[in-house]
Amino acid sequence: METSRYKAGTLVVEIVAVLIALLFLIPFYFLLSNSLKNFADILLDSAALPKAINWQNYARAWNIMDFPKAFLNSFLITISSIVGLAVFSSMTAYRMVRRPTRYNRTLFLIFVAAMVIPFQSIMIPLVKVANWFSLINSLPGLWVCYMGFGASLTIFLYHGFIKSIPLEVEESAVVDGCSPYGVFWRIVFPLLKPMTATIVILNSLWIWNDFLLPQLMLGKAELRTIPLSTFSFFGQYTKQWDLALAGLVMGVTPIVIFFLTLQRHIISGITAGSVKG
Amino acid sequence: MKRQGWSAQWIQQLVFTGPATAAFALIVALPFFMGMYYSFTDWNGVADTAKFVGIDNFITVFKDAGFRNSFIFTFKFTIVAVIISNLVGFLLALLLTQPVKSRNVLRTLFFMPNVIGGLLLGFIWQFIFIKGFAAIGEKTGWSLFNLPWLGDEPTAFWGVIIVTVWSTAGYLMVIYISALINVPRELIEAASIDGATSWQRLRHITVPLIMPAVTISLFLALSWSFKAFDVILSLTKGGPYNSTQSVALNIYLEAFQNNRYGLGTAKAFLFFLIVALLTTLQVWITKRREVQI
Repeated sequence: METSRYKAGTLVVEIVAVLIALLFLIPFYFLLSNSLKNFADILLDSAALPKAINWQNYARAWNIMDFPKAFLNSFLITISSIVGLAVFSSMTAYRMVRRPTRYNRTLFLIFVAAMVIPFQSIMIPLVKVANWFSLINSLPGLWVCYMGFGASLTIFLYHGFIKSIPLEVEESAVVDGCSPYGVFWRIVFPLLKPMTATIVILNSLWIWNDFLLPQLMLGKAELRTIPLSTFSFFGQYTKQWDLALAGLVMGVTPIVIFFLTLQRHIISGITAGSVKG
Repeated sequence: MKRQGWSAQWIQQLVFTGPATAAFALIVALPFFMGMYYSFTDWNGVADTAKFVGIDNFITVFKDAGFRNSFIFTFKFTIVAVIISNLVGFLLALLLTQPVKSRNVLRTLFFMPNVIGGLLLGFIWQFIFIKGFAAIGEKTGWSLFNLPWLGDEPTAFWGVIIVTVWSTAGYLMVIYISALINVPRELIEAASIDGATSWQRLRHITVPLIMPAVTISLFLALSWSFKAFDVILSLTKGGPYNSTQSVALNIYLEAFQNNRYGLGTAKAFLFFLIVALLTTLQVWITKRREVQI
């Protein structure tokens, strides 16, 4: 059916779409091709293809950025945060749906209302609070921050999803002698899988790319995440485009690979998340 | 359900809602209320004591030309960015809901800029505006590319817009696609049999039916643009002559560069009021235009 409907008009649409896509991709061409050139060739003509592939830039940027360290920090904070958010927020949302006491309804409203607070409105006192509780300069401290900032949206999304789950299965499990915790972990949590996938995706893109919060929380060079190390690296080497671009390519690569491998799930997760939100 | 003791209920409540509530209270609620208090003090960020100064900070903020300008820039930027990125996202969605063969690949490509964080996007484009555009200008002779893109006030504004649209249009496209797919084919076909042109079908059938997606997309674009920080920091640092300094960047510099925390929190409090008001208002307005089949 698909091919029989393929008319001349569709071909025009196809060509237009491909041309726009090529236009969209030009920045990636500039980034990649120049990251492989030596400095003189970039200055000479940044639109040309590299004359010879020059991996030197990458080797030097890798060392100066301490790339493996930055990657590991980003990886650890992202993984631990998405696990924590999925666990704690799903439990909170579940309790709020199943026990809609006045207290729980109020709490839910507060969580939802807080979504309109821009980060910049709380970041200044947050630094002081983080100091009081020694959350500054530690990855666990940063993790606590992501638990707090991520809770609102994550609870909101789980809350909407849990409301649509019928109660009968849980009731029969209780009759069979399952504890309230067992009901949640053995029965409800597995049922939340589609929403958990969405939550993992939304939160991992956000936390991996987040710059300002780690910038305020982490001063030590050895704790830097990828956005932080790219920021300080680029600042130092602004005029040395060969190094700076190689550093940028390395900063961009992990998340692009993550996206390309999981793109189907990411795009459907984004859709699910935004329709609910 | 089995009746449980009062204390068992409380333990469960604590186990289930405790951790998220504690983190939220510590990281969001407490700083939010502290910020409200500090916005009435002369807090310098270091001293433990801060003197209460009443509404002095707010008077200073209203007299602050830099803050006013950052608001004007943020408003202009938000209006232009929201309109263009939604239009581009919607047009891409219209293109890619046609039966073209490459649509799955193209959807992925258009979305890709969005997964790269704002900070790195800004750096990538800094290079393209400075070196890449010059090279294209030299080859084509088009004067558009030979402008001092990030060095001149009007072009820097459009530079920030270009980067923003490039990175957000794909995300909005995904939302519009999911809405367009759900528009019933029968309605469109019935209308074309009745002689409606494609523009009429779009205007009177498709657009009203996808209003929920419009609400979401406008809301997202509005809140992203209003809080713009990362892209601007890495692309222009707010320059030239502070002409692209967003409110978010202005607040950041006031607190962490000028060390005027009291003033910074006053600005942040005003910023919160405006963002909350505008996004709520927008959702309320577009929600009223949503129709049910």
